[in-house]
Amino acid sequence: MAKTLYDKLWDDHLVAENPDGSALIYIDRQLLHEVTSPQAFEGLKIAGRKPRRIEANLATPDHNVPTTNNEREQGISGIADPISLIQVKTLDENCDEFGVTQFNIDDIRQGIVHVVGPEQGYTLPGLTMVCGDSHTATHGAFGAMAFGVGTSEVEHVLATQCLRQKKMKNMLVKVDGKLGYGVTAKDVVLAVIGEIGTAGGNGHAIEFAGTAIEELSMEGRMTICNMAIEAGARVGLVAVDDKTIEYVKGRPFAPQKEHWDMAVKAWNDLHTDEGAHFDTIVELKAEDIAPQVTWGTSPEMVKPVTGSIPNPLSEDNPVKKEGIERALEYMDLKADSAISSIPVDKVFIGSCTNSRIEDMREAAEVAKGRKVAASVKQAMVVPGSGLVKEQAEAEGLDKIFVEAGFEWREPGCSMCLAMNADRLEPGEHCASTSNRNFEGRQGQGGRTHLVSPAMAAAAAVYGHFTDVRDIEISSLRGGA
Amino acid sequence: MEAFTQHQGLVVPLDRANVDTDAIIPKQFLKSIKRSGFGPNLFDEWRYMDHGEPGMDNSKRPVNPDFILNFPRYEGASVLLARENFGCGSSREHAPWALEDYGFKAVIAPSYADIFFNNCFKNGILPIVLDNKTMDVLFEEAESTEGYQLAIDLDKQTVTRPNGEVISFEVEPDRKHSLYNGLDDIGITLQQEQSITDYEEARKQRAPWLFS
Repeated sequence: MAKTLYDKLWDDHLVAENPDGSALIYIDRQLLHEVTSPQAFEGLKIAGRKPRRIEANLATPDHNVPTTNNEREQGISGIADPISLIQVKTLDENCDEFGVTQFNIDDIRQGIVHVVGPEQGYTLPGLTMVCGDSHTATHGAFGAMAFGVGTSEVEHVLATQCLRQKKMKNMLVKVDGKLGYGVTAKDVVLAVIGEIGTAGGNGHAIEFAGTAIEELSMEGRMTICNMAIEAGARVGLVAVDDKTIEYVKGRPFAPQKEHWDMAVKAWNDLHTDEGAHFDTIVELKAEDIAPQVTWGTSPEMVKPVTGSIPNPLSEDNPVKKEGIERALEYMDLKADSAISSIPVDKVFIGSCTNSRIEDMREAAEVAKGRKVAASVKQAMVVPGSGLVKEQAEAEGLDKIFVEAGFEWREPGCSMCLAMNADRLEPGEHCASTSNRNFEGRQGQGGRTHLVSPAMAAAAAVYGHFTDVRDIEISSLRGGA
Repeated sequence: MEAFTQHQGLVVPLDRANVDTDAIIPKQFLKSIKRSGFGPNLFDEWRYMDHGEPGMDNSKRPVNPDFILNFPRYEGASVLLARENFGCGSSREHAPWALEDYGFKAVIAPSYADIFFNNCFKNGILPIVLDNKTMDVLFEEAESTEGYQLAIDLDKQTVTRPNGEVISFEVEPDRKHSLYNGLDDIGITLQQEQSITDYEEARKQRAPWLFS
């Protein structure tokens, strides 16, 4: 029978099917960070349980770490917030006690878990992978079944290397055609969320396919899968192709020598078979996608940069209408005004969605030779890992940013969720390359607008949202 | 985990769609390394007028009188009515921990985000799914009737309105079994340890690079 990629990954990890309809699924690898793991380790200790395969776990602190150079030079003692410090220390202690490989705050390999995993070749095609973080879907870009879990399940995986799961439905999101100049992976996924809504993928694993997805780099595919959860889907997937294999090759945790050839052979089957059944199919034309900007408090509240803010009066559904009214009030925006008229107070370029080297390059292309507008209070660039930072500096990108007036920071989750000191003040509008524009997400009362790195850099330069396609940038071609 | 068998309690209607986990428990409270104590900060940004931080004496903070959980008539509520896609966003289990610590035993909504839904069952909270039409009736009644209570029976899979009308709901058998008996999920899985070992042996043959 023809199978989808998700079907194949599911079948390949099936340990047992239970009479009650649930299944026991094997989890190959787990990523750990400081926020959602302490209670899991504590649970193990209380129950007197041992981890089943401790080598199947990799940890790094990311949510709480400070990102200024001064603080980071002091290592763990640079964490000013005593509660954050306890959390990061607790991760250190648990990793030491249980023998988990950790890239701690002083390690150049430290970074956002979803940047570190792929960068190290820890993320591989064909895996099942979990993390106590909803953006674990990122790793699906490698043809891996990766999903976010709660802390109870982090503990469950530590203890059993398995999870009890129900198989999800299959959804295909097909984007055919060629992306226009200045239109990026971020714009594609925002457009998809705008189309199907934040609950559109609930109960589904989404496979992203079509010629526009095939054309994307691995970084771009990661950006797309990362935000599958913002469409409600725990799992996002892209089929394995030569690009995937080329990306993985030679990375520290990637298979070596004879194992490499064996792995590549197995990975070449990681695609949906011709004629396989999808429960839901959504199709978009790449040519129809413009640079996107969210205007509201849910990722589905998104418009092309050329568009205008919706009017609640033209919405018939009363729950949706109220949602628009609430969002406009929170965001302090007027119905029917142009998206490009929204002024920007702060700019954040980073997060597990957009902090990889390609994202840094894309933003730097726009920043190059320009200046952050005087009306913008702060514009920061936060690379996703120490290695991304190192690479960017080797390419001179840090200098471009600093000369343009951006702050060049140390790696971490930073202002994506503002658990550390990087946050918005009440009322501030932020052009952010992160993934969530919920109320208070980037700081209480803060107003987030989700955009691509190029669009964020453009907003920094002009002080309001600006169509990046109108800016002269030599290298920003389709699919960049 | 505490078992959920039957529950009757005061109902509070939270009439908003897409309530996300950042709203349920804001990120600054995720710094705790404990599982308990999140209740006073449930819906923190909506519930209080000031900015909340861990370690504050919440009893001394100014409350938002317009937020429904603060209405005196809903004090002690243990059943939460919500709208579509409740619990969307992050995977933080702190969200059900906060609901549970506040005193909620059940949530009733037309739909939930997948991870949140799953996390509820791990923490003794029953997330019930009812259709929009029924939800409208419950919202209307809870808003118009002071002291409005619902009776929930997990074994029979029913919600009973004060007028005696019985509404049925669906729940997956394995989730029901664990919640009803307050079972330790890890303990259940470990009963299948032989299957796990067998699988691991086979996987080692097929994908040795994952074991080297």
